[in-house]
Amino acid sequence: MQYKSQAVAKPYFIAAIALFVAQILFGLIMGLQYVWGDFLFPHIPFNVARMVHTNALIVWLLMGFMGAAYYLIPEEAETELHSPGLAIALFWIFLVAAGLTVVGYLTVPYATLASMTGNDLLPTMGREFLEQPLITKGGIVVVALAFLFNITMTVLKGRKTSIATVLLIGLWGLAIMFLFSFYNPHNVVRDKFYWWWVVHLWVEGVWELILGAILAFVLIKVTGVDREVIEKWLYVIVTLTLITGILGTGHHYYWIGTPESWQLIGSIFSALEPIPFFAMTLFAFNMVNRRRREHPNKAATLWALGTGVMAFLGAGVWGFLHTLAPVNYYTHGTQITAAHGHMAFYGAYVMANLTIISYAMPLMRGRAANSNKAQVAEMWAFWLMTIAIVFITLFLTAAGILQVWLQRVSDSPLPFMVAQDNVALFYWMREWSGVAFLVGLLVYVWSFFIPGEEKAAA
Amino acid sequence: MSEAFTTSTARNIFYGGTLFFLLVFLALTYQTEQVIPKRDKREMLSNPDVIAGKKLWETNNCIGCHTLLGEGAYFAPELGNVVKRLGSKEAVMGFIQSRPAEGVPGRRSMPQFNFTEQQLKEIAAFLEYVSEIDTAKWPPNIQG
Repeated sequence: MQYKSQAVAKPYFIAAIALFVAQILFGLIMGLQYVWGDFLFPHIPFNVARMVHTNALIVWLLMGFMGAAYYLIPEEAETELHSPGLAIALFWIFLVAAGLTVVGYLTVPYATLASMTGNDLLPTMGREFLEQPLITKGGIVVVALAFLFNITMTVLKGRKTSIATVLLIGLWGLAIMFLFSFYNPHNVVRDKFYWWWVVHLWVEGVWELILGAILAFVLIKVTGVDREVIEKWLYVIVTLTLITGILGTGHHYYWIGTPESWQLIGSIFSALEPIPFFAMTLFAFNMVNRRRREHPNKAATLWALGTGVMAFLGAGVWGFLHTLAPVNYYTHGTQITAAHGHMAFYGAYVMANLTIISYAMPLMRGRAANSNKAQVAEMWAFWLMTIAIVFITLFLTAAGILQVWLQRVSDSPLPFMVAQDNVALFYWMREWSGVAFLVGLLVYVWSFFIPGEEKAAA
Repeated sequence: MSEAFTTSTARNIFYGGTLFFLLVFLALTYQTEQVIPKRDKREMLSNPDVIAGKKLWETNNCIGCHTLLGEGAYFAPELGNVVKRLGSKEAVMGFIQSRPAEGVPGRRSMPQFNFTEQQLKEIAAFLEYVSEIDTAKWPPNIQG
């Protein structure tokens, strides 16, 4: 660690991992509810478990992104963070807001939570992934702006690298697109249309810039390849991302009342969306093959390579699987979507966060890399979680194909619940894969407690 | 990558390409706003029950289990066409009203929300409005 203020990233990473554990526990509850319908009913109904599962995911990924920015911006800008105190204050505000929101989800009925938190003033709640109460959404905006102020000021007073620039564009884009979560027209078609400006333009747009910047930073550090080469790759990747991803939004505009011209535009551009992910895979492997040093942190390199591969598979291949309008006509809103969502989020954003955490945490704890024993445990966690997510995705895909057939294609289409009963076997297998994922995650957490070598940081 | 293709070339393509496609996207958004009045049944929004129904839909987090025009959670049936599937608004109201508070042993069951008669009417009005939106013939059949 070259700058003292980089250490503010540490609480962000720790909280991110804690929320990750919560996310997986609630995922297992939901997975069980798919096959054991009244599990925890009516105390934790499915929709509540789902809110905790998805919101915990979003918050911990944001925590990770912020931690990543606080860690890598001082090193890129070659100067201390503008205000480490502000970063720590924001951490506690964000953590307490997230905690209170989850307590609210779990302890009071959602409608009561809505009326308690000012939803009548400006109704924004009850839309997928944007379920947070108005005051939480306001808190997110305040934290995001103060965070952006802090890192932008740091970059302005220091060296302006391409990695820092791409990261800043990604983070500013994230904050700006989130403002559309406050726009909730009565007209369902327009509501859905602009809702995607948050959801799609986050995960298939600006978040990929953050992902690319994080990956580029770690690859420079672990491979020693010239910054010039890595930054050129980064620009190519983010260019491909946005020229495919912006119009790729059209793949959400097929069946929600929007003009049918979107079927062609969405199909063409979203079919190209795997290209930037493939470029990312090539990028990661190329840089590691051309490495000029053997970095002692093997685990971080593994996570970086894994990100390249799994993001391409989950976001690229599984996205392409159902993105063409004639295919999507049958798969829209089925377990195929869920299958894609799980591998894409893990492959792209979970793994990118775990990459920077894996690289930065040992340095913040005063060593270049963890002990061999700790790294072996971390690599076990990598393989357990990654293989588990592959199986979760495969089982959900199988369930989805059967669902499409039984409910939408066969000569005598079955009602939703009857079709669900018919595919229960695959939901059981998904749940057991989820248990394997949890085991991997626990190994991951345990790896932090394995003593490190007393080697000073490089 | 070759020497002629420099980082600053790559950066310029990034800014130029992004700006260009952003402008195309905004133009398509404008065009969408021009076309959708013919498809989105906005005239039905003059009924205050529809507006109130949408708010009930949101504040009870219906999207946390159901899909609406294919978007949402995949735990419970599609509701964009539920009024047509069950045959009438009254059937939808009756279904919501009849959910057992303690659930159904071993099975998925919708929570009992204890809606008033007026609230049920509002939710049904909202779902009827959504069922009239022109969705390019989606879903493929009445099962959603």
